[in-house]
Amino acid sequence: MKVHEYQAKEVFDAAGIPVPPGKVVTNPVDAYDLAVEYAKPVMVKSQVHVGGRGKAGGIKYAETPEAAKVLAQKIIGMDIKGLTVKKVLVTVAEDIITESYVGIILDRATKQPVIMVSSAGGVDIEEVAAKTPHKISKLHVDPVVGLKYYQARNLAYKLYREPSQVKKATDIILKLYDVFWNVDASLVEINPLITNTAGEVVAIDAKLNIDDNALYRQKAIAEMRDIDSEDPSEVEAREGDLSFVKLDGNIGCIVNGAGLAMTTMDLVKRYGGDPANFLDIGGSSNPQKVVTAMKIILSDPKVEAILINIFGGITRCDDVANGIVAAFKELKPNVPVVVRLTGTNEEKAKQILKKVNLPFGDTLDDVVKKAIELGKVEVK
Amino acid sequence: MSVFINKKTKLIVQGITGRDGSFHAEQMKEYGTNVVGGVTPGKGGSKVAGIPVFNTVEDAVSETGANTSVIYVPPAFAVDAIFEAVGSGIKLVVCITEGVPANEMMKVYPFVKSKGARLIGPNCPGLISPGESKVGIMPGSIVKKGNVGVVSRSGTLTYEAIWALTSNNMGQSTCIGIGGDQVIGTNFIDCLEAFEADRSTKAIVMLGEIGGTDEEDAAKYVKKYVTKPVVSFIAGQAAPPGKRMGHAGAIISGGTGTAKEKIAALNKVGIPVAGSPIEIPGLIKELMKGNKKTVKKTAAKKVAKKKTTNKKKK
Repeated sequence: MKVHEYQAKEVFDAAGIPVPPGKVVTNPVDAYDLAVEYAKPVMVKSQVHVGGRGKAGGIKYAETPEAAKVLAQKIIGMDIKGLTVKKVLVTVAEDIITESYVGIILDRATKQPVIMVSSAGGVDIEEVAAKTPHKISKLHVDPVVGLKYYQARNLAYKLYREPSQVKKATDIILKLYDVFWNVDASLVEINPLITNTAGEVVAIDAKLNIDDNALYRQKAIAEMRDIDSEDPSEVEAREGDLSFVKLDGNIGCIVNGAGLAMTTMDLVKRYGGDPANFLDIGGSSNPQKVVTAMKIILSDPKVEAILINIFGGITRCDDVANGIVAAFKELKPNVPVVVRLTGTNEEKAKQILKKVNLPFGDTLDDVVKKAIELGKVEVK
Repeated sequence: MSVFINKKTKLIVQGITGRDGSFHAEQMKEYGTNVVGGVTPGKGGSKVAGIPVFNTVEDAVSETGANTSVIYVPPAFAVDAIFEAVGSGIKLVVCITEGVPANEMMKVYPFVKSKGARLIGPNCPGLISPGESKVGIMPGSIVKKGNVGVVSRSGTLTYEAIWALTSNNMGQSTCIGIGGDQVIGTNFIDCLEAFEADRSTKAIVMLGEIGGTDEEDAAKYVKKYVTKPVVSFIAGQAAPPGKRMGHAGAIISGGTGTAKEKIAALNKVGIPVAGSPIEIPGLIKELMKGNKKTVKKTAAKKVAKKKTTNKKKK
């Protein structure tokens, strides 16, 4: 799960990492009032879950409260990479001397967190990583031993020479490492970590991604979820305990298992169609999940055919078949539905499905081709 | 022959009194797995499907001599269950549980290693050596004894591939689901190494998916150390970046972990990648034929080389 910059800064601030004063607002008047309160030039920063906000014009400097108002007016409602800006962070502008990068991610290969620092921080860090990787220092941390003071200090020396700044950066790196563990992050990042004319070291941007598997024990973070910034169908799917990602195509897919769901999408593309979504009903056979899945997919006006692909293991095909029958009764789908059910209780499922008389495919490839074909007919 | 599990596997089921645990304990027993016990704290002394239940893994091990454990406990307790199993001397732990926090896994992994044990999973379907033993949730009805080794990051996609093999009369030595999470106990390379060493395995199927660089690392390993034919499939070619596709591990981030990169890396070392799981059996057959030819070719070349050197000497 991603949280917004202002939320990440709240977490960092609570951990003792210096961040500039700031607040999130949803209208230009509040932006004006805040700028008056700070009595300093401010930054107006769009809060959307996408990188490259600055380059897209979603981050601006405002010398005066009037300017802050005008910019907030402009940025709120702006579209950045398909996402509409609904909130802006108004934060005191810093006079920047240097820009560094500090980030911690989980390294899957070593099964350890890796801390990355670079004195070449700022908007082009990805280019730095790609073209001049030697400018980024990495440290793998033994998760059992934890990060030692000297290790953090060594990293701080990669960024600064001035002793008081090294000390401050050491402290920030140690605290960031604690944040990484304490909130079950999969990524924490400060880019840039700046030094200002007063010689302070400040995190002027913050990024925080949380491991979805840990949300059950991260209640405060889980509450930060910005439902407004998500696709409503994805929210409904999550509430129905389905794993769903909305895409742009015309073939709706309902599958059990993530790997098979991705494969089904791949085959739709391979045979000339375009998947409308990724949807995994999971391992349980609760018929209600099928009804919810159908409902979500049918609410997408682009969908021209629905493909149901189930390989029964723990999932029992007859349970899914009952779900399909219930969905037909309740939702009366106006697009063709093609089904392939194989594995546990397959024969029972076929008997049940006779009630709704659906086209059946024997293999995965068959059913995908059939769905694409029927989708095309429907268009005509 | 098979890898990791066989007729000698003596299994205990952690979480045996739960809904999933009891169901699958029975399924495994029916398949012929030697299920010697179950563990649920507070339920010691009872029985599930005729299997004795113990309060602790320690008790279960000392009473039954179990060497393998399968875990069906909820995510909040799964990591402690792994610690308990390994701490009690179990050498192979298979964690089926889905939704285990990655940070917890980072802490348990070094412990498992330090005890010389192996962890498979979490968030995996387990493994099956057809005709010998089944540990986990893979349906026994779709497998067939034979000599293809299958390793996969997925669950139902694995069944799809196994079914394609079985339908084409190509049996399996062992099928392993290593799990779809970011931090897993056993990766592709561990399984490739085991299959390469296993005499009954003649060909290997590796089912990958988007996210991470495990497939790329496996490709390098195959080039260096694997002599048996390897065929692959990569799920997630149609997946957009930045979105979690069900599995915690299946997320394309910062331009890495895409299906395209993985397929290129595999092809580069001569591993064919199927366009659909249905093509896997055909690719194996081709490769096994082709392999014989290459072997002959290299042999022929060596002979020719010798001849030329001889000529030069003259």
